[in-house]
Order: sequence, then C-alpha cells, then structure tokens
Amino acid sequence: MFHDRYQLAFKLYPYARSADQDADAPVRHPVVVMGGGPIGVATALDLGLQGIPVVLLDDHEGIGQGSRAICFAKRTLEISARYGCAAPMLDKGVVWNLGKVFHDDRKVFEFNLLPEDGHRFPAFINLQQPYFEKFLVERVREAQAQGAPIELRGRNRVTNAQVHDDHVALDIETPDGPYSIEADWLIGCDGASSPLRGMMGLDFEGRVFQDSFLIADIRMDGDFPTERWFWFEPHFKSGASTLLHKQPDGIWRVDFQIGWDIDRKEELKEENIRRRLDAMLGEGVEYELVWTSIYTFQCRRMKKFRHGRVIFAGDSAHQVSPFGARGANSGMQDVDNLGWKLGLVIAGKAPEALLDSYDAERAHGADENIRNSTRATDFITPKTKMSHVFRNAVLGLAEDYEFARPLVNSGRLSVPCTYDGLPLNGPDALPGGPPRTRPGSACPDAPIAGGYLLDWLGGDFVLLTLNAEAPETLEEAGIGMRRVALTGAEDAAGLLAERYLGDAPSAVYLIRPDQHVAARWDRFDETAVRAALHTACTLETA
Amino acid sequence: MSALVTTPNIPDPDGFYADLIAAQDHMTDDEASAFAARLVLILSNHIGDREVLAQAIHAAAQHVRGG
Ligand SMILES: Cc1cc2nc3c(=O)[nH]c(=O)nc-3n(C[C@H](O)[C@H](O)[C@H](O)COP(=O)(O)OP(=O)(O)OC[C@H]3O[C@@H](n4cnc5c(N)ncnc54)[C@H](O)[C@@H]3O)c2cc1C
Repeated sequence: MFHDRYQLAFKLYPYARSADQDADAPVRHPVVVMGGGPIGVATALDLGLQGIPVVLLDDHEGIGQGSRAICFAKRTLEISARYGCAAPMLDKGVVWNLGKVFHDDRKVFEFNLLPEDGHRFPAFINLQQPYFEKFLVERVREAQAQGAPIELRGRNRVTNAQVHDDHVALDIETPDGPYSIEADWLIGCDGASSPLRGMMGLDFEGRVFQDSFLIADIRMDGDFPTERWFWFEPHFKSGASTLLHKQPDGIWRVDFQIGWDIDRKEELKEENIRRRLDAMLGEGVEYELVWTSIYTFQCRRMKKFRHGRVIFAGDSAHQVSPFGARGANSGMQDVDNLGWKLGLVIAGKAPEALLDSYDAERAHGADENIRNSTRATDFITPKTKMSHVFRNAVLGLAEDYEFARPLVNSGRLSVPCTYDGLPLNGPDALPGGPPRTRPGSACPDAPIAGGYLLDWLGGDFVLLTLNAEAPETLEEAGIGMRRVALTGAEDAAGLLAERYLGDAPSAVYLIRPDQHVAARWDRFDETAVRAALHTACTLETA
Repeated sequence: MSALVTTPNIPDPDGFYADLIAAQDHMTDDEASAFAARLVLILSNHIGDREVLAQAIHAAAQHVRGG
C-alpha cells in the first residue's frame, strides 16, 4: 500500500504509470529532482525552460494543505517573472507596506516598508504557499505544451539513492510497486526533514529553538487593515507574542507563541484555539478556522550543499525560523543560482567546479539568513531573564525614543543576498559606481522606456552598456553574451543612472544569467570582459 | 581605531555615583534591572561607535568573577 503523509490542497500531478516502470534496465535521465515543493518545481522549470530534460519525483499528487509561507519577497517575484509566472502571483497576492509593533496594550511604533520607486514588483506580497506552488505548476504545464522537456511524477517516493561518481541510482515506490531509474544529476529538494540527507548519512546542524507556535489561518469579514501587526507580550494573553497578517481570500494568519512544554493535542482542540482568538479579536467577531497547526523550528544548514552528483536546494539544505520570511524566498534564490550553472555544466561549456560556486554562494546566503532569523528569534523569545529585561527595555524606550526603534526585531524581512568577495566576481572597475550594484549584487530593477530593466536581463550573460559602446554580441569559449544598450534617452526618471552609474559618466556591466552583477567597468574593454566571463564560469584560463 | 577610555573621565565621580544609586532608591530589584538595561541602551546609542562598544562589552564580560 502507498500511504500519503498529508492531505492535498490542490491535486496537480496525479500518478500515471511511466514507461520507465516497464523498462528492462533502469532508464538514465540527465536531471532528476527529488521533491515537488516550491523549490523542486522551480528547479524543474528553470532547467526545462533551458531545454534540459528533467524528471521531478514527488511522493504526493499535488500540494499539501495549509499555507506555511505567506510572505513572498520582491526578489522571488523577479525570479518568478524570469520563469514567466509572476503575473498570477501579483494578481492574487495582497500587497502590504505598513507594520505595527505593540507591547502589551501599547503601540510601540509603526514602520513603512517604503518600497523604493521604479521597481516592477512590490517589496512583498502575501500569498498562501499552495497558490504560489500552483502558479509554478501551471507554468510548468504551459512550458510543457510549448515543448519544455519536464516530467512531473506524482506518488513517486524515492526510497533509496546510491551515489556513484558519475550518476545516482534511485529506487522509487509507486502505487504500482517499485522501479528504479538513474540520474546524471540529482537535485535534492525534499524539504527540511530530507529523506535523501538521511539516505546519504549527511549532517544537518544548527540550533533548536525551545518554543512552539500555534498558527491559525482564519476567514473573517472583520475590518482589520492590510498591515502586519506584531505584539510582544500582548495584553490579551493569547501568547508570548502574536502576529496578525492578511492573506488573499479574506484570510488572516494569526501566529501565537505558546511556549515549549505544551500538550499539542490539547492546544489544537478547536475550543482552545478559539479561546485564544476570542481574547485577541474581542467578543462577537465571527470567523472560520481554515487551517491550524503547531510548529517548532530550528536554524541549521548542511555543511556542503553539493556532494558530487547530488545537489541540495531549499529547506533540505538549510532551514530558518519563519521570522523574516527567509525560507521559500531563499530557496528561490538557490534555484536561480543553480539553474544556469548546471545548464552550462550539462552542456559541457563549464567545468563541474562551477557547481562548487553554487555551494559557496548559497552557503553564504544561508549563513546570512540563519544569522538574521536567529537574531530575530532571540529577540522575540528571550532565553534568559536578563535578555528578557533588555528586550523589554528596548520596547519601552522605542515608544519614546527613535533611537531604540531599529533595535526592535520582529523579523528582518528577506532581501537578496550579495555575493561579496566570492570567486565568481570579476573586477569592480567603475570609479564612482553605486555600491548597491557592485559585483555580486542582484541587479536592482529600474524603469526604462517601455518597461523595466530586469525584463531585459537574465537567462544568459548580458553586457549592459550605459552611454558606452560595445559589440552587439560576443562569444567566449562557446558562451554567448548579448548587449543591452541603454542611454539617458531611455531613463526618463533618472533611476537607471542613479542605480547603475552613480557619479560615473558611462558604464559597462557583465551580468550573469541569474541577474547578478559579475563585473563592471567604466568602458568596454574586450580582454577584460572575456577574462571576467572566464572567472564567472570558472573556465580554465586559455 | 577608536579606543575605549579606561582612565578616569567623569568629573565629580562621587556626585555621578550618588546620582546613579539615588535613581534606584525606590525601585524593586526587577525595576532596577530594567533601569540598568535602559541606561545601557541609552548610553550605547550615545557612544554609537561599534568598536568602542565591542571593547566595552568585552571589558565588562571579563569581570564576571569580580561580580
Ligand atoms: C509556519 C511557517 C511559515 C513560513 N512562512 C514563510 C514565509 O512567509 N516566507 C517564506 O519564504 N518561507 C516561509 N516558510 C518556509 C517555507 O514554507 C519553506 O521554506 C518552503 O516550503 C521550502 O520549500 P521546499 O520545496 O524546499 O520544501 P517543501 O515545501 O518541504 O517540499 C518538499 C517536497 O518533497 C517531497 N518529498 C519528501 N520526501 C520525498 C521522497 N522520499 N520522495 C519524493 N518526494 C519527497 C514532499 O512531499 C514535498 O512535496 C514558512 C514555514 C513555516 C513552517
């Protein structure tokens, strides 16, 4: 018997017998993705859109019930836009900018995300994770119809992985019984409790936080504004901290911090959940419980994300607390980072060493996310009496003094990681260039005539020229570079100049397929550009 | 590199110390720890120099035994 581990919100890839199950010998595939959460599906999409055949195996037939992630960041939307599925996310999502922080019954202060002008996407949208995943899968279906070689296999549970030097052999359980396949490359996107990690005997180290959180997603017509409300030690006593945040479909996320030593079964009884909610919302507010769950969390990561032909991405590689919305958002940056590198390696254009830069860059990202989310968690759930005293001193002072407000940490929201000082970066040879677009940075968007800059970047290497000359195309070691030429004429708002020129009169940027800056100069220098491409792809120097 | 001042720098040390203690006169122990925490935060912001603050944190942590 094949048992499901959870119930589905959307059934999107029903089990269907594959020809591989009737083959005499295990069929070999270039890439197999294990796990069809958001990160696995995005990986399949990235590779499939490059024309690389991908088989995705998930042990269910769709998306699990219950929204875990609700906050999706601008960078995630930009990456999704590159894959062609940001529009439905933005349509469905709730845009928010205002946050309020309370202590007991007092408002400590409020903040505005104050999104910078001139970006296609807002700083954040709130969207239930099942919708996010559904839009990704719908894009996969559309891409398949256009010939992208992607296969999604539902109810295909990987039960064993044998790792060899040049491939991985997989055993798979299905409702029709077991079968085996082989993969040149296996991408482990099987979530925080990754069975693959277990099969390979790999580490996953970090910190456990001794606290539990009760999530209640409720539907109500209540007239709460579209803001993020966070209470420290709320007067209504429903938790040591409480979060209220709006989602689409009239649904609100309520998250109560309820302590470590709890009786889960008792706490999850509807009457007990309602008691907390009633205390918070006040008498007479009608609502419906849509989904409830208790979670605890840890901040940890694998030492290495690449193990020969096996590469881990998303929660299987790193796990953070939800404060800061850095889980799925960082997983999407993993995919963005891995896709083009694996593409070049499979095409034989770059050495396998390029994949070690995935490990270096994304481990750097994971460390940054773990650091931020650990700090937020320590502030929200102080571990000692004195750290509690300090926390409340900050909250008390923040009411009266501006200086204390930046110390209040109810989660530092996810921003893209800059790969400072890492090996793929080339020269920063643009005197007066803005720091935010230094090599390693994700390109900030900017409005240009007829659209937005990021629409023109990504997918391949780009030479972005601002008031500078360069050839329209250039090829080095079989890798193409495409020029995107812009001048002041396309930059009516002046934001492109502000973000990419600074004090420099002209600039040439080499931009990676994941829209990160590889190198920049004040003018086109062919030898330097070719050398930077070598560096960005870890090519042997000629 | 900015250095933490560890030589006498407070004019009228006895007056300052008396003010510090007097402020806690009618406080419970809990109130006094909250007071001390607020004072640390206010002063830290005034100093505003991460290097000096790091040295101060280190210097204070060195004295655990002395209480
Ligand atoms: C309460 C909460 C709130 C959160 N809020 C946010 C937020 O606001 N923003 C944000 O960015 N992130 C948030 N996160 C984190 C986010 O949910 C995760 O980072 C994200 O789901 C990770 O995606 P994934 O694809 O790596 O793993 P998962 O979503 O866990 O997917 C793993 C998949 O692998 C499959 N699988 C497992 N074992 C096997 C096997 N043996 N064979 C085949 N398939 C297998 C599973 O069925 C599953 O489909 C939150 C998390 C929690 C718990």
